[in-house]
Amino acid sequence: MYSNKVRKRRGLTQAAVRHTLRNMSAITIKVNGRTHTLDVDPTTPLLYVLADDLDLRGAKFGCGLGQCGACTVIVKGQSIRSCITPMEAVDGAEITTLEGLGTIQKPHPLQKAFIEEGAAQCGFCLNGVIMTAKAFLDKKPKATDEEIQQALSNVLCRCFTHVRMFRAIKKAGQEMAR
Amino acid sequence: MRNSLQNKTAKQRTFTPEALAALRSAGFSRRAFLKSTGALIVTFSVAGVYRTAEAQGNFEGGVAGSPPLEQVDSWIAIGADGNVTAYTGKCELGQGIATVQAQLVAEELSVPLNRVKLIYCDTSMTPDQGVTSGSQSHPANFNQSNLAQAGATARQALLQLASKQLGVPVDELAAKDGVISAKSDPAKKVSYAQLVGGRKFDLKLDPNAKRKPPSEWTVLGKPVPRPDLPDLVTGQFEFVHNVRVPGMLHGVVVRPPAVGATLISVDENSVQGMPGLVKVVVKKNFVGVVAEKRWQAIQAANKLKVNWTPGAGLPSHADFYDYMRTQKPARDTLLVNSKDVEQKLSEAATVVKATYRHPYQMHGSIGSSCAVADVKGDKATIWSPTQGVWHQRGTSAMILGLKPEDVRVIFTRGSGCYGINGADTVTFDAAVLSQAVGKPVRVQLTRKDEMAWENYGFAFVMDERAGLDAQGNIIAWDHEAWSPVLGNRPGYSTPGNVITGLLLGFQSEPFRARATSPEPTTFNNNSNGVPSYVAGQVGGQLRGTGTIKSERSLIHNTVSPFWTGPLRSPARLQNTFAHEGFMDELASRVKADPVEYRLRHLSDPRLMDVVKAAAKTANWDPRPSPKPRKSKTGVVTGRGVACVAYERDNGFSAMVAEVEVNQDTGKVSVKHIVLANDSGPVSNPDGLRNQIEGGTLQGMSRALLEEVTWDDQKVTSYDWRTYHTLPLGFDVPKIDAVLVNRPDELACGAGETAITVVAAAIGNAIFDATGARIRQVPFTPERVKAALSEVT
Repeated sequence: MYSNKVRKRRGLTQAAVRHTLRNMSAITIKVNGRTHTLDVDPTTPLLYVLADDLDLRGAKFGCGLGQCGACTVIVKGQSIRSCITPMEAVDGAEITTLEGLGTIQKPHPLQKAFIEEGAAQCGFCLNGVIMTAKAFLDKKPKATDEEIQQALSNVLCRCFTHVRMFRAIKKAGQEMAR
Repeated sequence: MRNSLQNKTAKQRTFTPEALAALRSAGFSRRAFLKSTGALIVTFSVAGVYRTAEAQGNFEGGVAGSPPLEQVDSWIAIGADGNVTAYTGKCELGQGIATVQAQLVAEELSVPLNRVKLIYCDTSMTPDQGVTSGSQSHPANFNQSNLAQAGATARQALLQLASKQLGVPVDELAAKDGVISAKSDPAKKVSYAQLVGGRKFDLKLDPNAKRKPPSEWTVLGKPVPRPDLPDLVTGQFEFVHNVRVPGMLHGVVVRPPAVGATLISVDENSVQGMPGLVKVVVKKNFVGVVAEKRWQAIQAANKLKVNWTPGAGLPSHADFYDYMRTQKPARDTLLVNSKDVEQKLSEAATVVKATYRHPYQMHGSIGSSCAVADVKGDKATIWSPTQGVWHQRGTSAMILGLKPEDVRVIFTRGSGCYGINGADTVTFDAAVLSQAVGKPVRVQLTRKDEMAWENYGFAFVMDERAGLDAQGNIIAWDHEAWSPVLGNRPGYSTPGNVITGLLLGFQSEPFRARATSPEPTTFNNNSNGVPSYVAGQVGGQLRGTGTIKSERSLIHNTVSPFWTGPLRSPARLQNTFAHEGFMDELASRVKADPVEYRLRHLSDPRLMDVVKAAAKTANWDPRPSPKPRKSKTGVVTGRGVACVAYERDNGFSAMVAEVEVNQDTGKVSVKHIVLANDSGPVSNPDGLRNQIEGGTLQGMSRALLEEVTWDDQKVTSYDWRTYHTLPLGFDVPKIDAVLVNRPDELACGAGETAITVVAAAIGNAIFDATGARIRQVPFTPERVKAALSEVT
């Protein structure tokens, strides 16, 4: 629950770790531009803080193992899996969630394209698909189809809405590249 | 409504937006409305949808049963403002049925779509329509019954009321946008609100009330977009995973380590003093923990020392198909039996035999299942992603020891389920844990608990035999299949059909062995155990879709070591894989073109039409399979066809698949799919295409990759590393959906027509490309290579 890697990186003894486990830490994160200081067990996965403490609905628990992408958020331009990212690893970080991309009134080009293409069935995986695509297209707006496919190779959609999702991502990519 | 979404208070968030909007527009309490005698009701009551602890005190006790299905008021209400609220027992699972039901109501009542609010699957408000499953929603609610007929009856009643009020005969009136006016003098008009706003219809559904003909449709039949998308893509949509109730705690269950393991002891000291821990709950073989926070509950569940007996032991995975066919006892069911099959086979010029195998597969929802329960004293409110709220109400009441009428189940969308995933079992988990602590509890299963214990899609082993005459025509067809079963959907009264119920001491539905099947007296092809090419003679009538009169289909069900339950196109997909692969073998044997050979043995015009439509769109090149191969190495291409009359008459589909097979690696790439589909009248073409595209690709994933695995004690495919699925990054084929619109036919199922034919179409295409026949799903590279090595 508190990996040796993390412990050593933080220069903690095992006794200190046990102490930390019993004692909450104040951790500050900036989510979609708003700063939150939370008193949490530092090993808590970021996802639970977003979903339970901040009541955000975008990032979702799909597998808890970093395998499906449903929990994806963006930190420093990078898409990360919040279900396996402990709070102590994001102390002081700026985090963007799906809610931070745009609103119904002012959607991000990706959100707009997904609506226009009707690119959903149950919609549970959308967060992972859109956030992964966003981080990738921000870095490479003129990506080829193969590169987009590659970027999404670790994201799952079990309704298999793939056809529409790729259409939406390509459409948004064109707008983002402008 | 949407403008304020960002700023809404926590209290407001306790409503579902649909429920809030609908109640406001209707302007009355649902239950009070149904109880009332027709007086105008103006009080806005929130007792029914209030999601707070104090609301429990206002719980009205519920009706003993469902709103009566024969009453218009159970389906349709017109508010004082003229807005329409429709109540349905078919829920939105992601398949688009909410959108199209709203279209239906708008169409039948001649009101704009944005003035219709649809409320689905809440035991305090909506009629009991069983389970939303099995491609039954379109036929149930779009034909001459239920929601459609309620709409038609309401419209007829409104016209009659208007006729009286305006003094104009009904057939000289026109209804538009919620206003009825005289055709000759549009100034003579009256609105629905003026006629019945806020009052009951107090009418029974009239089976003779005239439905609006498709030629007059302006809303139905159109590609209306899904209204939930804006909320979904901006992270505002409330899944059951997002339900938050004041004072809510988090529960995590501890499942046995092996199939059949039972509880010896739980060492509560092992978690003593863990932060946030509220309670360790042990009830028979059920173990769970409740904590203040989710992470605390997970840590406590991981740390809790639990002793279990070893498992019951599992049959070998490697030999499972042989095991299936020798297992006793069995329950035998004859679907058709002309009693002359053996004789005809003995007279045939050629007899062809083949065995097809299909593994257990998972629903494997992308989000593990979740539910929230608030059990206080003798009342319970449950937010559940179940496909059947009334069923869940009955079984949750049994688990909790409460009266069903004191349990309210509110459907709240979960992750796409494709059949019975962990939705029902996790609802029991939440209910039991909430009762144990007296507070609302949210439970979301771990990935492993979801996948290791769900009710899997059926494994099948299927023997096909056919006799051919000297001209190459099929003269007899015999199908014999074995498939193990255990548990099912819990229904109204069998919580033991899923893992949590069993752990709590409930039994699964009894296995009713039957060594000899009675002769069939009615034609039932709900499992598609009867091939499309036989005549289906039962009771002196030909009920099948084909021409072959010597026929037998016999299914043996045995007891499964794992939970089983409906998975998108249950049994139909497996049987169709065998029938359609075997049909291809027969065509190849007589060197006939697979499309022509199918048409030669079919009699049903709708099925024949989809086969022709698919072939035409795919530019089908008529010739026998396999295609002559230039080389035994490198990449070769091929095409295959498959078709089905889904459940005989609940949808028709035909698929042409074009594949590339890498003969060196065994890798199969599907390049192009054409799927012709006839589901009766097309109610929403975009929704139908979405179902076809999703069903096709899900079918591809199942055909190419998916299989449940196990060792001698436990399931070993329990996450996305051990259970394989096609990710978003795979090479998606071009999909052409051909919608065969049949406005004059009954509405049929649309959710499972495409997926049913995928494995067979791909398998047939692999054969066309390589000459290798793969009779076992999934078509892994190893299996393809092994089959290739046998081709001479």
